[in-house]
Amino acid sequence: MIRIANGQGFWGDWLDAPVRLVEQGPLDYLALDYLAEITMSILQKQKEADPNLGYARDFPPLIARIAARIRERNVKVIANAGGVNPVACALEVRRLAPRLKVAVVLGDDIFSRLDELLAAGHAMNSMDTGEPLSTVRSRILSANAYIGAFPLVEALATGADVVIAGRCTDTALTLAPMVHRFNWAPDNWNRLAAGTVAGHIIECGAQSTGGNCQADWQSIPDLANIGYPIVEAEPDGSFVVTKHHGTGGRVSLETVKEQLLYELGDPINYITPDCVADFTSIRLTADGPDRVRVSGIHGRPRTPFLKLSIAYSYGWKAIGSLVYSSPQAVEKAEAAAAIVRARLAQLGLAFEEIHHEILGANACHGPAAPPHPNPPEVQLRIGVRGQDRKAIDRFTRELIPLVLSGPPTATGFGDGRPPVREVVAYWPALVPRDSIQTRVEVFE
Amino acid sequence: MKIPLSQIAHARSGDKGDTANVGIIAYQDKHYPILVREVTPERVKAHFGPLVLGSVERFELPNLAALNFLLHESLGGGGTLSLRIDAQGKTLGAGLLALEIEASESEL
Repeated sequence: MIRIANGQGFWGDWLDAPVRLVEQGPLDYLALDYLAEITMSILQKQKEADPNLGYARDFPPLIARIAARIRERNVKVIANAGGVNPVACALEVRRLAPRLKVAVVLGDDIFSRLDELLAAGHAMNSMDTGEPLSTVRSRILSANAYIGAFPLVEALATGADVVIAGRCTDTALTLAPMVHRFNWAPDNWNRLAAGTVAGHIIECGAQSTGGNCQADWQSIPDLANIGYPIVEAEPDGSFVVTKHHGTGGRVSLETVKEQLLYELGDPINYITPDCVADFTSIRLTADGPDRVRVSGIHGRPRTPFLKLSIAYSYGWKAIGSLVYSSPQAVEKAEAAAAIVRARLAQLGLAFEEIHHEILGANACHGPAAPPHPNPPEVQLRIGVRGQDRKAIDRFTRELIPLVLSGPPTATGFGDGRPPVREVVAYWPALVPRDSIQTRVEVFE
Repeated sequence: MKIPLSQIAHARSGDKGDTANVGIIAYQDKHYPILVREVTPERVKAHFGPLVLGSVERFELPNLAALNFLLHESLGGGGTLSLRIDAQGKTLGAGLLALEIEASESEL
């Protein structure tokens, strides 16, 4: 049996979680997930400004913090912290923790290969709209292939203490140590699917151990000290989801089921680079306090494609807000929104969308929840999106004047004009698997 | 009799682009048939009204006593494009639990 934990569900997750995981109980592998779909484009811009950047900057200081302990306990770390510059990330880890051996997985970053791939006849049509990539070619900010567990397995085989990848799937971080330790064949689809499901359950950190849990949430103990998830994996593909003894939170059938359904599409076809997992085959059984056993998982062969994560510059947006108090808080906020819309129309400004909603009056659920008859205060939130930055900038000047010239009781304008933000959009696409070659580099 | 869905089920929701997913899970396996009968894609679409511009798809997971819904074009463009406060659909699961469903006493 091996123990694999997730200590970071996204870049910005609890800084102390991975430290506690290696301090508070036994562990073999620590998986850390840093990349969201848009993160790569931000990292690409950082790399263009400084060739030594472009990775998750929280990662090397974290490794420095836990370096002595992971060597002492022989815990291996696997993370997609490399972003668009895994080598720079590895060098920084080595600078801060010189005794650690670091392996880097390369080849997912195809930003510099896009024209070559287009010339080879790969249209990389958007999986959302069907449009060819050539329509946004000049505005692309980053491009990466989602790679699976096997390149990470190759990195683990070097004996590295820390494995750093770029855009690998979140589930691969958990599956890779199982393949490495149990020698699962690349076509053992049931095993690969089992490890993939394990990865899905823990990839969002504490969201499987009682965080963001709707089932009886007020009874979940000590969220301040919540334990992050650990998978106890067996060679036969079954595993137990648990957390360290004495930590807060809860592992129950309810917490695991909620996470299984998180960001799920067609449950029979959960597609990863490694296999296609069938979520309708998953069997869950309670296995004592804070333990859930998972078994029975079926998988099918992987597809001949890899998914691409491409980010491109789409346009601009700005969102501002004002607070109105009772009486008639909602009516005042609606009147203010109408004034802003009228002034934007008088200016003749064109936007792709103008949207307003009233926080405190069903902005989240729309008609699904009844309106409150007389809320003490509400927040008008109004935003615009479009291609013309000047129009967006002008919008940001139309909100605060309402404090003196609109309906009474406007407040909450202390931050001034809202900022204009670049909209970076996501372009999902497919390429044939054999057009992506990965390799491993070791730093010791 | 009429009961809120929250009486027999819990939920979690998330996003994939401009599509939200809402998972609805029966607390007790015996209540799963009520979910299948009562929580239809048509009722889910009507429940959220103008929040969901596209279609609603439903998938069944009897092994988890759960249903998974995909709410297409429900996040104002999704991800970074959206001007909505809940651009990732994080609250839609809780929103769906407010749905009123019909269940007999013998079923409960």
